[in-house]
Amino acid sequence: MPQETSTQEPLLSVRNLQFEFTLRGQVLHALRGISLSVRKGESLAIVGESGSGKSVFVNTLMGLNAPNGHITGGSILYHGQDLTKLKSNEDWLQIRGGKIAMVMQDPMTSLNPLKTIGYQIQEAVELHQGVHGEEAKKRVFDLLREVGISDPERRYHQYPHEFSGGMRQRVVIAIAVACRPEILICDEPTTALDVTIQAQILGILKQMKEKYSLTTIYITHDLGVVANVADSIAVMYAGDFVETGSCNEIFYDPRHPYTWALLSSLPQLGIKGQDLYTIVGTPPNLFYEVHGDAFAARNPHPLKIDFVRRPPMYRITDTHYVRSWLADPRAPKMDPPEHIRMLREKGIALGVAGPEYGTAVPESGEDAGSISSAAPDGRAVSCKKEASHD
Amino acid sequence: MTENTISPAPSAAPEKDACRGGNATDAAMPQNKSSAAQGRKKLVEVDHIQVQFGNKRHPFTAVDDVSFAIYQGETFGLVGESGSGKTTIGRSIIRINPISKGEIRFDGRRISGKLSRAEDQQITRDIQMIFQDPMSSLNERAKVGYIVAEGLYAPGHNLTEEERTKRVNQALLDVGLLPEFSSRFPHEFSGGQRQRIGIARALVMNPRFIIADEPISALDVSIRAQVLNLMSRLQKERGLTYLFIAHDLSVVRFICDRIAVIHKGRIVELAESEELFLHPLHPYTRALLSAIPQPDPEVEKHKKLLVYDPSVHDYSVDKPAFHEILPGHFIYANGKEMDEYHSMLHQ
Repeated sequence: MPQETSTQEPLLSVRNLQFEFTLRGQVLHALRGISLSVRKGESLAIVGESGSGKSVFVNTLMGLNAPNGHITGGSILYHGQDLTKLKSNEDWLQIRGGKIAMVMQDPMTSLNPLKTIGYQIQEAVELHQGVHGEEAKKRVFDLLREVGISDPERRYHQYPHEFSGGMRQRVVIAIAVACRPEILICDEPTTALDVTIQAQILGILKQMKEKYSLTTIYITHDLGVVANVADSIAVMYAGDFVETGSCNEIFYDPRHPYTWALLSSLPQLGIKGQDLYTIVGTPPNLFYEVHGDAFAARNPHPLKIDFVRRPPMYRITDTHYVRSWLADPRAPKMDPPEHIRMLREKGIALGVAGPEYGTAVPESGEDAGSISSAAPDGRAVSCKKEASHD
Repeated sequence: MTENTISPAPSAAPEKDACRGGNATDAAMPQNKSSAAQGRKKLVEVDHIQVQFGNKRHPFTAVDDVSFAIYQGETFGLVGESGSGKTTIGRSIIRINPISKGEIRFDGRRISGKLSRAEDQQITRDIQMIFQDPMSSLNERAKVGYIVAEGLYAPGHNLTEEERTKRVNQALLDVGLLPEFSSRFPHEFSGGQRQRIGIARALVMNPRFIIADEPISALDVSIRAQVLNLMSRLQKERGLTYLFIAHDLSVVRFICDRIAVIHKGRIVELAESEELFLHPLHPYTRALLSAIPQPDPEVEKHKKLLVYDPSVHDYSVDKPAFHEILPGHFIYANGKEMDEYHSMLHQ
């Protein structure tokens, strides 16, 4: 959540983080001033299209971005330490694995094909738990059993190619957990897997979270997975968090037009024989500066101000924040698409619906007065329907 | 083979009768009892096919005794986990993988095995494929115009350069791209646009039947909807027939008229989409359905995950076969299981 509202001190606190890549002399604004807090024991999911910057964000947390990328502003506070100040690889090694571990998307490529499974897990055990020899081996067997791999004594001596995709992902999880991290980042942990295997892997991740009291950050574009695992959700679009909130708030009381569009385009909610809702156009080119609301050009009913000024974060409830002019009390009342209305009705029944409008949260370097002078009124009519083909 | 299989034995059904429902020959065919299929023409018939890989000494049977029929104008879904043989079936229909047993018929004519040159050319035009990953299925070094036109260069078309360009431009327009894109390279396009190029490449041949092998699983959520809408629009406009291969049941339910669930190279259940979702009978189908991620936290919270254990089937004495349990709803089971499934249906 962008602001510290809960009584609990956040474990990880990201403030106005900006990240840029330099590519052939051009500057790509991958993260455009994002803020987020993660509480201990929380399970956060970051949702967004490919290219929205979700992987860049978690790679920043681990110092894994390509060398042509730079943090140009903001801070990442973790236990009082600013991770943006870390420069050398040695400094990062204190964080990587031991404090923050990661499960990558593709279990086919994240294991070393030339080493046995046992060797690869034991390596992490010996490095991070300080035990060696037979004791370490015993812990590897325990870990393999925990992630649901039977007959660990035999499996220990096998190579990755002897494992199926789901089994490999279990091994990767075992390695990540063996580091005894505080935060576990799962970057699309199940996209390469079948649905039945996917459900099993998500179950194992949830078990591990309980057992080792991990704080987990999921990155995914599958909203079904998100509904299963997340306590809170951050919706990312064009290098910015457009909406953050608890799982129920995002699914049953979404506020940002982009969140509406994402939820409406799901085939699970589609009606057979009718066209699915589609988001027209493409995300903005981040090589250029984005003016106004980044989603305005694809929004079927944008406001005039969407093209002029970037909206501030609006606070709907203590946990629910949205970066959209629609949340401003002066904005015209906007009817969400049909699917969203149905979800809202469910939300009202569950008691998750927040107030209709939010209050603007002034950001650093911006005074509240300038927000109030920019009044969001009147709908813009110029909706480029012709550009609907990509 | 028993009489209760999806497709009739070749001898039982002369192809010319297949287009007319309700006559004496058709009455013997189980699939014609299905209401939606009544009187519809079978475009593709897969008849007890088997596909084996490996050498003769160590054969691996990827697809075993699979039979189904796809009606003209419908979307037929093939669902299963990776390694279940769903892609192999698609590939054997388009004749990439040879079949070792059985027969595949297209529009009443046999298309498996050896064909004459003219037949071969005709089938190549009529059946086209859309591939899974638009990032790797397009020739990186060719321009879009050539990629789309490539099929038209094959012998038998005899088109002039002008006619070819015209058809390429039309195909690009049909999928919502601009003819100007012909001179660009695939890497200049986004994932969704590339998949449209892949579809244009298939469309330019004026096919009647398209095999779509996981066409949207490599795409983003927002792009998926665009490609699905495009596919159903093209189906309406051109009367295309699709074989839609996927592992994501939620998508399949949305786009397919009938669904076959395949496990370890065998079809275990086949029914109309809604029927399959309402009355899933086979334990594997039920496990698959229970695993679908629902974009609804309340549903996910109370979700019960079923795990399929193949050892629940005792096929040592009582041999299983393909039975029609309800009109149009087929299941792979033995006598004892059929009784269980019947009692489940009555509950």
